[in-house]
Amino acid sequence: MPIETWLIFILGFMIVGSIMALEIKDLLSSIIAIGIVGLALSVAFLFLQAPDLAIVQFLFEIFAIIILILAFLKKEYHKKDDPSNTNKILTLVTVITLGAILFFSIDVFKALPAFGEPYMNTAKYYLENGATETGSANLVSAIILDYRAYDTLGEVTVLFTAILGALTIIRIKKKSSGTEEDVV
Amino acid sequence: MILYILCFILLLVGLYGVLTKKDLIKIILSLSIMGYAANLFLILFAYKNDAIFPILSESAVQEAMVDPLPQALVLTSIVIELGITAMLVALAVRLYQKYKTFDITKIRSLSG
Repeated sequence: MPIETWLIFILGFMIVGSIMALEIKDLLSSIIAIGIVGLALSVAFLFLQAPDLAIVQFLFEIFAIIILILAFLKKEYHKKDDPSNTNKILTLVTVITLGAILFFSIDVFKALPAFGEPYMNTAKYYLENGATETGSANLVSAIILDYRAYDTLGEVTVLFTAILGALTIIRIKKKSSGTEEDVV
Repeated sequence: MILYILCFILLLVGLYGVLTKKDLIKIILSLSIMGYAANLFLILFAYKNDAIFPILSESAVQEAMVDPLPQALVLTSIVIELGITAMLVALAVRLYQKYKTFDITKIRSLSG
């Protein structure tokens, strides 16, 4: 089978899984559906010849599921929301608007380079000179750690700040109510 | 082109969740769906027909490699997404402890 057929199958699977995750009532099923969507994305990365990304996405997905389940798997969170709570008109208007956005954006996708024929202006330089200039056989890590090292520094800063923020938010709770058990 | 459209539909599903859902947990999940779609879109651009992954070896030819630049940038983006998810989850848990609900309409109607 050609790769496009596989990718269409995986993407359709991801779309169905996402809709399931959003519409399902049970919280645990919803989180697990999101996990399945992320693992399908990891498979899609493998098909698109990005093994580094597939490994990182796989790890990310497992960590995300662990965090979400640890945080939200309490009995008291599993409340049934009453059906009068959902606004049907708002949902209908949103779906129609998003459909219109999709319809009008199809012309934009026609202007993009076709699938399988990238421009690769910058990448040509990296592919030709990456090994001699950085000494790395893996060109993705050559770009991350050498050509775009400042990007990676910024990424680490953002990640550090986010983790620091999350820890700070959780620690406030510990001080105010010491008897309650730690959730995350 | 059908792949781009499907990927955009995935992004729109996430946007639909952000706009219509009232449960904070569902909104966090929708945000991560949008992240998946954005990452996948960039990698779809990078693919070249009959090309292999950008790791040099004896048998690999440089002309037949996929674009390594979007892969490097998306690698950054995935890691940041994990940090953002952790922070959103922490915020949601704190909000639940204060208001005893995940419903954003009820949280909005309460003051302080």
